[in-house]
Amino acid sequence: MYDLDRMKGMAAKGKVSRRDFVQFALALGLSVTAAETMFVKAARSEPKRGGFLRIGGAHGSTTDTLDPSNYLDTYSQSVFGGYMSNSLTFINHKGEWEPDLAESLEPSDDAAQWVVRLRKGVTFHDGKDFTSEDVIATTNFIRGEESKSPVKSTLESVVEVKADGPHTVIFKMSAGNADFPYVLSDLLYCMLPSRDGVADWQSGVRTGAFILENFEPGVTCKQKRNPNYHWEGRPYFDEVESLVLTDVVARTNALTTGDIHYMNRCDLKTLNLLERTQGVVVSELTGFGHLTLPMLTTVAPFDDVNVRRALKHAINRQDIVDKIFFGHATPGNDNPIPPPPSVKYATVPEPIHVYDPDKAKFYLKEAGLSSLKVDLSMADAAFAGAVDTGVLIREHAAACGIDVNVVREPNDGYWDNVWLKKPWSASYWSGRPTVDWMFTQAYLGGVAWNETRWTNARFDELVNGARAELDDAKRGTMYAEAQQILHDDGGQVVLVFRNFVDAHSDTLAHNEVAVNWEIDGLKLAERWWFA
Amino acid sequence: MTTGTKEIPTPTVRRGLLATAWRELKRAPISAWFGLAVVFAYVFVGVFAPWVAPYGEAEIVGAQYQAWGGQHVFGTDQLGRDMLSRLVFGARNTIGIAFLTTALSFLIGGIIGMIAAIVGGWLDQVLARLVDVLMAIPQLVFALVLLSIFGTSVVNLILIIAVLDSTRVFRLARAVAMNVVVLDFVEAAKLQGENILWIATREVLPNILPPMVAEFGLRFCFVFLTISALSFLGLGIQPPTADWGSMVRENATLISYGDITPLLPAGAIALLTVGVNFVVDWFLHKTSGLKDGH
Amino acid sequence: MHPIVRTLLQRVSLSVATLLAVSVIIFLMIEALPGNFASAILGQSATPERVAAFERQIGLDRPPVERYVVWLGNLLQGDFGNSLASAGSPVGHERTVMSLVGPRLKNTMFLAGLVAVVAVPISLALGLLAALYRNGIFDRLVNLTTLTSISVPEFFIAYILMLFFAVRLPWFHSLATVNTDTELLERVARCTLPALTLVLVIVAHMMRMTRASIINLLASPYVETARLKGLSPARVIVHHALPNAWAPIVNVIAVNLAYLVVGVVVVEVVFVYPGVGQLMVDSVSARDIPVVQACALVFAIAYIGLNLIADLVAIITNPRLLRPR
Repeated sequence: MYDLDRMKGMAAKGKVSRRDFVQFALALGLSVTAAETMFVKAARSEPKRGGFLRIGGAHGSTTDTLDPSNYLDTYSQSVFGGYMSNSLTFINHKGEWEPDLAESLEPSDDAAQWVVRLRKGVTFHDGKDFTSEDVIATTNFIRGEESKSPVKSTLESVVEVKADGPHTVIFKMSAGNADFPYVLSDLLYCMLPSRDGVADWQSGVRTGAFILENFEPGVTCKQKRNPNYHWEGRPYFDEVESLVLTDVVARTNALTTGDIHYMNRCDLKTLNLLERTQGVVVSELTGFGHLTLPMLTTVAPFDDVNVRRALKHAINRQDIVDKIFFGHATPGNDNPIPPPPSVKYATVPEPIHVYDPDKAKFYLKEAGLSSLKVDLSMADAAFAGAVDTGVLIREHAAACGIDVNVVREPNDGYWDNVWLKKPWSASYWSGRPTVDWMFTQAYLGGVAWNETRWTNARFDELVNGARAELDDAKRGTMYAEAQQILHDDGGQVVLVFRNFVDAHSDTLAHNEVAVNWEIDGLKLAERWWFA
Repeated sequence: MTTGTKEIPTPTVRRGLLATAWRELKRAPISAWFGLAVVFAYVFVGVFAPWVAPYGEAEIVGAQYQAWGGQHVFGTDQLGRDMLSRLVFGARNTIGIAFLTTALSFLIGGIIGMIAAIVGGWLDQVLARLVDVLMAIPQLVFALVLLSIFGTSVVNLILIIAVLDSTRVFRLARAVAMNVVVLDFVEAAKLQGENILWIATREVLPNILPPMVAEFGLRFCFVFLTISALSFLGLGIQPPTADWGSMVRENATLISYGDITPLLPAGAIALLTVGVNFVVDWFLHKTSGLKDGH
Repeated sequence: MHPIVRTLLQRVSLSVATLLAVSVIIFLMIEALPGNFASAILGQSATPERVAAFERQIGLDRPPVERYVVWLGNLLQGDFGNSLASAGSPVGHERTVMSLVGPRLKNTMFLAGLVAVVAVPISLALGLLAALYRNGIFDRLVNLTTLTSISVPEFFIAYILMLFFAVRLPWFHSLATVNTDTELLERVARCTLPALTLVLVIVAHMMRMTRASIINLLASPYVETARLKGLSPARVIVHHALPNAWAPIVNVIAVNLAYLVVGVVVVEVVFVYPGVGQLMVDSVSARDIPVVQACALVFAIAYIGLNLIADLVAIITNPRLLRPR
């Protein structure tokens, strides 16, 4: 059993995933349950209090503010949304919602009305009680005329929010939404204190695990423990400082020299070298974030479904995963929902789109073409490595009789002038925790972010119908069909799902990490501790 | 055009250019020989890059990060392109662009600077003020913004950096020329009614040449470094064009782990600038010696 | 009026005009860039609706001329305005430009000062010695070392220093992050590596210019005369050559000091040092015009001031310039 003990030790240090551990234990003849229990025991050392955590983040800028409408990258989302604030619900490590500031959520039969009961005894950092008034003020802040919040469009179907006593809020919607608790988990929909009915974001007073001490935009943010936090025992650190370290070499050196304890977005090229560094643990997570090459289906030649299919088969995604992402990504299958187990109702539509020059040529012939020349507009503003990706695609497509002309677009103003305007460009999606959310925001006919301008009546009918469907099985069938249609017919090339590769000092310990976002669901400072 | 500032014979030299050059070369120290050899080697490699390089500039010829040796002398880069070929093509692109830029900036800045010093008066004031305004804006940020406005093509890069850099040349040319134009022989020439260009090239230029040539060597390095700094910040020479500056940047993380691959393009830059400056030093020494007989 | 005083007055009034011109150029450039603050900050998530809401809040929907005039009017009253990032902030919670630029300016000046104190004496001394013992071993050695140090990109020197003196030998910090509470000694310790990088970069330039100017002057007849009188080479250089070499030397020192204030973006990025340069680059990409303007003015003032000093020195050290016909 020496090897099993070693595995246990590695599990304790977070160096081995649950799946790997269980597989290893099964090979030794243990039952699944026994192995699971063993892993949890090994991995879960008792949380300890104390210590000053320093995190180096890849994002953050001088324009960051405390305004939740402005949490545009993982820095402000984690530091202000994750560590300092809470939403009504949160997403657990299985990708399912759980109540946070809410106690329970109950839908009506058509899911068009939700009764949210709030947790009692929660206070803001200044001692003020958290009540339904705050929920309403926050909701109105997001829905308001002048709102810049990205959540505004998600809340469009909410027609009325009203209090039913200090600890109950009722949301009324124009149409049913069975996924509403997921909407409430958004960190940009974190609860703000109400001052005379107006939401106050500017003071930085929230309900979260840490209290704001010092914030210098684009440089650093220091926070200290909230002694009255409503999660029993949490947080474990006394203080946390989040540094903006956008240069990856600086970030890596800061970690290896012990200046920081945690960094996100490791340099993939040299990851194997970082893994060998003493005292450093590398962790990897396949997130929901995916990189896409949207084709405008309203513009020739992309208005021909056979051209779209030909191009989908003319790209060697595995090669891109290997060369651009050094293996730290998963090839896409032209379905923006990550392959299961991930989001509920995710499927893998067949046939899986792999590089196949014969098929590409076949579809080209179906389209009545003997050769094809298309422009592909790329800039690293879409995602790091986009231009190199274009260079690779050009090589792949050449073998299929397709001439892909890679147009290098300026990074500046890319989202203004290229995306949604040029016939074939590159884009990035951070993904959504539900199928409905993803499809409603980016694939329904006519929505603003439908980046391929693709419309399909059957697809729209399925997605709109499934939203109000409370029967799990029926909902699953509907989403499976929708994903299949998008995969076969859509104008979207889902290139890869990107892995989040982070690294931390082996002095840190943690439970199982969240799958929805990097930095442990953006709440690392609340959930981790010094071993 | 570009060598104009260097090869104008000083008044005391009446022999053929080649014979003079050879005579000087024979007396040149080893360091100058070394510098010249380096410069010529680079120019040769740059000019004949397609024949020297074993593979194409952007051709993907193998796996990523192959080790040194075998088919790929310096291994391959992050996309599986041959490192040696990238270096060779990088010589052509980087030196070509940096040289053109520096030469252009000296042509603009040097001429205008001398004219400002000779003519003086309001023209001098207007030019000096204009240059002050342009120089008061940080060069790197200025270049960054202008490149964003006009687009990051090689031509734009050369023009923008040349114009911005010429302000530095202007200042120096004007400052040193001002010391010369108050000398008697320049004033005599002015009184004789010689035209400005004649005074600039015949009387002023030979006397400000040593510091200007020293500056040329240094500015050449600075332009090099400005371009690589721009690449570092995401503008500058764009891939897949091979450029030493961005090659250093692309592989910089390897340094932390003791891999010396990123040292190759940096070393290439260093070797060339050292070579250029050896030649400049020798020239500086030579001209100061010649002036003994003035 | 004494010619120097007159020149000084002339120059100061010209400087104000220069600053005005700089602010116009900067404003026009940011306007010419594609996109504005709203679309730049929202990026991919910039729906026309959100952009419009943003623009109304910051007043970007008003014509450019009006915005410039209002900005200038406020500036003349000593108000640099608010960062566009504070759009929608309730009264009293706006982020003023000064609160952003102030601490960063202090950091920048601190680093520049630290470097100048080390680099200027070293480069003058090395330049003089190299000129004195020109073509000797010492000269060649100094030349080769300084040449190499300016021949590699700044970020490369920075990374090498970081590797050896922070990673391999844990003597210094790899991060130079300082904030307003950082104490002086701690500040110096954290700034060691960035300062060292900059010293290596600028010493070469200053030292070589000093050497070149002096060697150039050594060929002049009056120096020749001094030498023929039998004075020692050191005396010839210090008393006869150096006073006349001040113009180009001070010019080059001014340029390098200005560079320390305005041109150290790359070093700031590598060591994550919160200086004005990085703030300006960030603000340009965010199109945060008031912050960009403030940074540009700070740089312009530093630059103009240093050059004014250089020119004054040039006039004072050249008697012919001092007494123009």
